[in-house]
Amino acid sequence: MAQQTQMHGRIGESIKRKEDGRFLRGKGNYLDDMELPGMLHMAILRSPHAHARVKSVDTATASAMPGVIAVVTGELMAQHKLAWMPTLSYDTQAVLATDKVRFQGQEVAAVVAESLYQAEDARDAIVVDYDVLPAVTSPQQAKEEGAALIRDDKENQKDNHIYHWEAGDQDTTKAAFAKAEKVVRLHTFYPRCHPAPLETCGCIADVNGATGKATIYMTSQAPHAIRTVFALVTGLPEQNIRIISPDIGGGFGNKVPVYPGYVVATAASLLIGRPVKWVEDRTENLISTGYARDFHMTGDLALDKNGKMLALRVHLDSDNGAFFADAQPSKFKAGLFHIVTGSYDIPTAHITADGYYTNKAPGGVAYRCSFRVTEASYLIERLVTNAAIELGMDQVELRMKNFIQPEQFPYHSATGWVYDSGDYPRAMNVALEQLGYAELRKDVEARRKKGEVTGIGIASFTEVVGAGHGADFDILGLRMFDSAELRVHPTGKALLRMGTKSQGQGHETTFAQIVTEELGIPAADVAVEEGDTDTAPYGLGTYASRSTPVAGAATAMVARKLREKGRKIAAHLLEAAEEDLEWENGRFYVKGSPDKAKTIQEIAFAAYTNIPEGMEAGLEGVHYYDPPNMTYPFGTYAVVVDVDKGTGQVKVRRVVAVDDCGVRINPMIVEGQIHGGLTEGFGIAFMELITFDAEGNCIGSNFMDYLLPTAWETPRFELGETVTPSPHHPLGAKGVGESPTVGSPAAYVNAVMDALSPYGVTNIDMPVTSDKVWAALRAGGVTE
Amino acid sequence: MKVSLKVNGAERSGDVEPRVLLVDFLRTNLRLTGTHIGCDTSSCGACTVLIDGEPVKSCTVLAVQATGRSISTVEGLAQGGNLSPVQVGFHEEHGLQCGFCTPGMMLVGTALLERNPNPSEDDIRWAISGNICRCTGYMNIVKAIKHAAAMRDASQAAPQESHAAAAAGGE
Amino acid sequence: MFPAAFDYRAPTTLDEALSILTQHGDAAKVMAGGQSLIPLLKLRFASPELVVDIGRLPALNTIKRDDGYVTIGALARHVDVERSKELATSAPMMIEAAHWIADPLVRNRGTVVGSVCHADPAGDWGSVMLAYGADLVARSQTGERVLHADGFFEGPFTTTLRPDEVMTEIRIPVRKGRSGGAYLKLERKVGDFATVAVAVQVELDGNKIASAGIGLTAVGPHNLKATEAEKFLHGKEPSDEVIAEAARLAAGAAEPKDDLRGSAAYKKDVVRVFVQRGLRTAIGRAREVRA
Repeated sequence: MAQQTQMHGRIGESIKRKEDGRFLRGKGNYLDDMELPGMLHMAILRSPHAHARVKSVDTATASAMPGVIAVVTGELMAQHKLAWMPTLSYDTQAVLATDKVRFQGQEVAAVVAESLYQAEDARDAIVVDYDVLPAVTSPQQAKEEGAALIRDDKENQKDNHIYHWEAGDQDTTKAAFAKAEKVVRLHTFYPRCHPAPLETCGCIADVNGATGKATIYMTSQAPHAIRTVFALVTGLPEQNIRIISPDIGGGFGNKVPVYPGYVVATAASLLIGRPVKWVEDRTENLISTGYARDFHMTGDLALDKNGKMLALRVHLDSDNGAFFADAQPSKFKAGLFHIVTGSYDIPTAHITADGYYTNKAPGGVAYRCSFRVTEASYLIERLVTNAAIELGMDQVELRMKNFIQPEQFPYHSATGWVYDSGDYPRAMNVALEQLGYAELRKDVEARRKKGEVTGIGIASFTEVVGAGHGADFDILGLRMFDSAELRVHPTGKALLRMGTKSQGQGHETTFAQIVTEELGIPAADVAVEEGDTDTAPYGLGTYASRSTPVAGAATAMVARKLREKGRKIAAHLLEAAEEDLEWENGRFYVKGSPDKAKTIQEIAFAAYTNIPEGMEAGLEGVHYYDPPNMTYPFGTYAVVVDVDKGTGQVKVRRVVAVDDCGVRINPMIVEGQIHGGLTEGFGIAFMELITFDAEGNCIGSNFMDYLLPTAWETPRFELGETVTPSPHHPLGAKGVGESPTVGSPAAYVNAVMDALSPYGVTNIDMPVTSDKVWAALRAGGVTE
Repeated sequence: MKVSLKVNGAERSGDVEPRVLLVDFLRTNLRLTGTHIGCDTSSCGACTVLIDGEPVKSCTVLAVQATGRSISTVEGLAQGGNLSPVQVGFHEEHGLQCGFCTPGMMLVGTALLERNPNPSEDDIRWAISGNICRCTGYMNIVKAIKHAAAMRDASQAAPQESHAAAAAGGE
Repeated sequence: MFPAAFDYRAPTTLDEALSILTQHGDAAKVMAGGQSLIPLLKLRFASPELVVDIGRLPALNTIKRDDGYVTIGALARHVDVERSKELATSAPMMIEAAHWIADPLVRNRGTVVGSVCHADPAGDWGSVMLAYGADLVARSQTGERVLHADGFFEGPFTTTLRPDEVMTEIRIPVRKGRSGGAYLKLERKVGDFATVAVAVQVELDGNKIASAGIGLTAVGPHNLKATEAEKFLHGKEPSDEVIAEAARLAAGAAEPKDDLRGSAAYKKDVVRVFVQRGLRTAIGRAREVRA
């Protein structure tokens, strides 16, 4: 079987996606598409109040309604010790309310019925008696003397304070500020927003009493971690729990946490003995599941009179909702926020962070945030632009003056990060060239002279992904390695299984390409599976742009392991010494005699039919990869805006985005990720908002109020690239999914600030809506 | 109430309460799960189907309203084993990532090209402005529909050529 | 996410429909495209006992010229207005307004008449009808009433239409002289309700404004007619100062509320800016018409 391998689908090729077929035909296997025999439907009753005592829950009428099999209350769950569950941040969260409800939308009871229509009808018939309590709707309120105590369920909790956390060096920073010639302060609020994937969360819990096996189909970005948590929470033995994540219609971090609905559905299935499906509707998704951001930040940047940065000081108050449920590495209470010195060579920094309970949904770490890097990057990039405006310097010039230089890598930041590689001036120059910056600046000046309101915004972000080295990064103690298991069949085709879980990022294609590169099997011959905890090797899942840096590395490593076994088999087949063999294009050949060769396909066949004496048959392996460091993607984004003086509407005229994510495995997929993230950043900058009134009513809990950009508002994006490989990653790749949401909001807002700078405006908090811009213009004496 | 309608060219029927939404009838009664539900305020377009060739939100139509009409869903786009030009366009131009909005987008694209065989970028963005995508940022969706327009153009220019579009996901 | 149960009738003649309404009164709700009603049913903000689907009534989906009017039938959809060659010549401002309704998918189902009867204060068509001075034809078993747009809207989702009536058509007067209109809308994104919108329709007599109609969207308890501004414009030459003053008067007629879309002061100013822009555009278009 001497065939030429084609090596089609190597790293760097924009091959078309292998997973497209089923989606194009409407045959995607999403959670709500699945139906099991005997399946029941569950609907959850939620609290209308933000803060209230639960006096009674009357389910008599509901239980008697047509099709209703069971009504589950907090009391019933408490009998099975399941009324509370642990969060991913070592707190507890109510599954179904027993004593109080602590946010509007919190789960109170659940109806299980033959059809969803029947379940919802019966849900309306449950009567709950509440004693309404005052609502706490901000960290400011939460820390006030006499503020309502939200977590009176926790024994040692005397107030609404959750954590205090620090990074950097207080003394050196203080000293630097004392000597600084210029200090620029920015107080800014990064409002609560929501990942809002188009598919909502849900599960089908199938606890089989006869076999003892619990199979839970779940929209989960991290099925293994969830399985372990379930085992600990429910007491079901872990070998009898199988979590299967099917096709997922978008995650963006929303599908990482364990939601009460999953636990109630599982308990219901256990008690009833039939599969129970729970799929939330959009209102439930927005009002109760993992939101993002909600950071009140004050940043001070110390500079000398020439604009050289000397120190950075940040304090932030975090609004964490009613339960501390941040999905982030456990050692970091404010995520990786202390990357906040960003792309700049700032000698010293000091960060303090305090988290507070409020009467809102729990969560906070989500929406393509890289564990709070979005908040950090927003703050520093806004601060730097404001500093430039204050100093009368160009935004670009101030950045160039302070960039960490290429020769400084690996760079030790003032808060303890070791940046792996970067060339910030190069990315900036590529962006400026693509933008035609010099000409554009002149054009902006000319238009301003004619009375137009227009501006250019720059953001040069550095972010940190690829969590992470096990000793530093864990979730609930589970170290954040990841895994790849590769099995090559006799006919030379392969099956790759990974501990990650795609929600649209194209893993079935990208990771096959890694196998093509390292083992020479064409990507079309490599099946990629994820999401079934019975078959996939243990991993921590897909979020925080970690799949390529960690599981991608594991894939490269396991493919290399198999290549090394292949070398031994080839040596045996070719009757040559191992060290006399060269590897190229999917075949081993004898040095000097290229016709004496064996392809990987021939080697695979031999692994089952003609294995050397003493060698184990088969060609398969698994690798658990512990990254030595994080990776640091970076880039420069530039946005041009025009402002309507009459209405305050902002029109984004151009967006230039230059990204450096190291080696790009599939450039087409990388660009798709960037388009998507730039659009989410656009929505966050201009229209997305979850807010609350004084009673704690959630505004922004449906798509009429929580605004997502359509193709009409969304700008066209002009992409550029530089490639600075990661020196420690086996492929030099860094990960890219979140860079655009990390870097772009500041670019959009900086553009508006630049446009309004002639009128003395220094800050508008996101979302930068037309009424806010109008108010700034009018205050600056501009009208139509 | 009895409902009978054409779905993807085939006569289908059912007996449903008047309050049953067309999207539920398609997904639950007819087991055509390619039409998706993304919201509860008629805001996202994931449920888009064609009624008599025009794209509408099937979550905002009662099944009983659709009786006697002709419905097209994503399952009806491919003819025999061949993907339609719009489906090919989405594959070639990476117009989908998670795939959840894709059926709706493709049906709107299909209806658009029937009316306007050579749409501009603005025409396309306007036509899909009732359909939300969270993954792609719309850039490649526009390219996908333009790709399909060019394919239809070419096949109209040379009708004798066999229109065998490559089956995606197993080339 | 699903409506509460309701009874459903789909009459095939107008007489049948009117008989059902007379019989059931308040307990029945008329549905045409359903693009306003069905979302309310799904959220259970409305739970009528009976939904009367008039979608099968024959011959009500037409847009046609009748003497000095264009008649919009009860089942004419927003998209039918967008595509109407008749309206392109006789009332082009309607087409401009149609583009702003909701999104393309909704426009393929929702009806103009249904939207007017729904009377959402943020609904666009009400302002258009006020600006045109349209007539609204209501039929019941007891006969026909012709209502004027001005006075039809009483409050949020409240009109002078009776529970036993179906609005069968709207009549847009076609100006004989040189007229032009404009519809301007500020929305946060496609599909959002208006923050502010303005409908302007002017008729010129020589170089003077013979008549002006100005309708305001989303700045009051219902669509508002800027009567003072209209009266001010009557008989005047449209100079910059005149236009600016009319815009100021129109802003004065607005009664917006503070909300997440903006402050009342903001919305009033946008009314002013839009009426100013709208008058300039409408007058420009009127001047282009060869009398």
